[in-house]
Amino acid sequence: MPEQLLFAMEVTLNGLMAGVLYALVALGFVLIYKASGIFNYAQGVMALFAALTLVGIMEGQVPFAHLINVIFGTEIHHFGWEVPALLAILLTVVVMIIFAWLVNHFVMRHLINQEPIILFMATIGLAYFLEGVGDLMWGSDIKRLEVGLPQGINEWIDETTFQALGYGFFIDNLDIVAAVIAILLVIGLVIFSQYTTQGRALRAVADDHQAALSVGISLNFIWVLVWSIAGFVALVAGMMWGAKSGVQFSLSLIALKALPVLLIGGFTSIPGAIIGGLIIGVGEKLFEFSIGPMIGGATENWFAYVLALIFLVIRPQGLFGDKIIERV
Amino acid sequence: MIYREAGDFKTSYQSDAQTFPIRLDRMGYFLTLAIAFFVVPFVINDYWANAIFMPFLIYAIAALGLNILTGYCGQVSLGTGGFMAVGAYACYKLMTSFPEVSILIHILLAGLVTAIVGVLFGLPSLRIKGFYLAVATLAAQFFLVWLFNKVPWFYNNSASGMISSPERTVFGFAVTGANASAAVQYLVCLGFVVILALVARNLTRGAFGRRWMAIRDMDIAAEIIGVNPLKAKLTAFAVSSFYIGISGALFFAVYLGAAEAGDAFGITKSFLVLFMVIIGGLGSIFGSFAGAAFLVVLPVVLKVVGADWLGWPDDLVAHLQLIVVGALIMAFLILEPHGLAQLWRVTKEKLRLWPFPH
Repeated sequence: MPEQLLFAMEVTLNGLMAGVLYALVALGFVLIYKASGIFNYAQGVMALFAALTLVGIMEGQVPFAHLINVIFGTEIHHFGWEVPALLAILLTVVVMIIFAWLVNHFVMRHLINQEPIILFMATIGLAYFLEGVGDLMWGSDIKRLEVGLPQGINEWIDETTFQALGYGFFIDNLDIVAAVIAILLVIGLVIFSQYTTQGRALRAVADDHQAALSVGISLNFIWVLVWSIAGFVALVAGMMWGAKSGVQFSLSLIALKALPVLLIGGFTSIPGAIIGGLIIGVGEKLFEFSIGPMIGGATENWFAYVLALIFLVIRPQGLFGDKIIERV
Repeated sequence: MIYREAGDFKTSYQSDAQTFPIRLDRMGYFLTLAIAFFVVPFVINDYWANAIFMPFLIYAIAALGLNILTGYCGQVSLGTGGFMAVGAYACYKLMTSFPEVSILIHILLAGLVTAIVGVLFGLPSLRIKGFYLAVATLAAQFFLVWLFNKVPWFYNNSASGMISSPERTVFGFAVTGANASAAVQYLVCLGFVVILALVARNLTRGAFGRRWMAIRDMDIAAEIIGVNPLKAKLTAFAVSSFYIGISGALFFAVYLGAAEAGDAFGITKSFLVLFMVIIGGLGSIFGSFAGAAFLVVLPVVLKVVGADWLGWPDDLVAHLQLIVVGALIMAFLILEPHGLAQLWRVTKEKLRLWPFPH
């Protein structure tokens, strides 16, 4: 096979892997949107916050140390212990559940029956708030996340493809792990929503709030549950991105990348989020590879949005979304 | 007791339809204008002009523009930063290509260029709406900023990739460049603000505004009563982008002096202007000013209180600022979705009746 084609194949594969990470963030959006009709802009910042919390707990950082030091003139930084990764992840999940409860109790509960666009703007406010809290709590410097995920080139794929095709494919171990985790996560979510009582209640709420209320499902509980699950998905996404490129502010910008993913996949479909993520991942990598050099590069910044824009004009509800029906 | 409309009789249609029907409002308006034009320029110094007055005036224009699109026509846009960049770069290209033409004309032309770009990116709004459209406008934001960074023609092949405004004068006074005085710059911005606000006010209460509001309230119903959604939406995009383009041109040429697309007109700018519109009040001219003033003054106040009085480090104050702004947005949406403008309206109602409760 010609070198160029093999190279394109490698780019495609890497694009698929990047797409999985986009899909992970998009998944959190879809979950909340389905259950409460809220378009949660803060999902990306939640991923950042979860990753920051995870690193902070693992390294035994004192929360709000900077603020405390300034007010009381103390010099504290760390508790002086290190928490094992698994325990830290569990603790972070607890933090995300508390966060879910707080959001529901203080913000979303008061915005019931508001227009979707108002809710959307409220989550933009939430994103700013959470970003500030995350920075204030754990500091805004770039952190390394070491939870023991494998990293670096996958030797086996490199060797095998080199022997078979005469060209070794470069694929990061971390991307493979991310793909596997994403698949497990989706399977887990599907099982949860199809076969458990809470999952059924969740789907009932998604279908019709009032009907769900009338058969005795607690809306408040379901929403806290949904935000908790979204927090958990954010933690997974934050871990993957954090391990890949360090825990830093730019992590919250992947939330913006997840928006075109949703537009392509449809707001209400979990498989749509995955496939949309893959399309964007592959599309932007291939576009950068083939057209990028001709027009100055760095096309990844906007390709996803323009693709989504074109897609929207042709099919406004996305690939798998519910058909938009308007009634007067 | 003081603020009331009793005895304020209207004897002609003209006086009944005027912008400020209550005499006290009218007097307040002219008093504000008089102070803004005849007092402030003589007492203003560089710090006050750069920290408060100029950003306030320039953002007020941007907020007016976005309010026309989002507040009056109901089309949410997250592309404000990109459109401001169009205004800035158009102004730069015009200033450097036609140095002999007045900068005021350049700024207006920059607004027109932005209006055309805005209409182009507004075309999808005919098929999609709500936050689908909001995300689609992100395409404008990222694509335009990328374009201005990558195509050297836009920044005249300058080595740094920045655009910087050459010195231009209005009536013999330097407006841009290093020699411009704060008072002159302030007056130029103020002039634009007053005229544009007047135009916006009259557009929104005329036929155009009613069409936009009909589309906002229910587009299908508006179509049935004979509002052409194509025309209504695209005019909203055009007018809104015109305003935003002018504010971008002023922001670059007069306020910053030198700019780079990614830094000065990034996505944060889009959100900032959107927040101004939300906090100020969707669908209100006064709200655009109130929101702009609020979000320009708030960081300054926080900085003065946090960094100067309490002696806290700058990064801490910056984090706190994020928290405060985020919390305020949520609080406003929960407590008063119609923003500062509604608070003002409620206060006025109360004042009219005061001291009697009914």
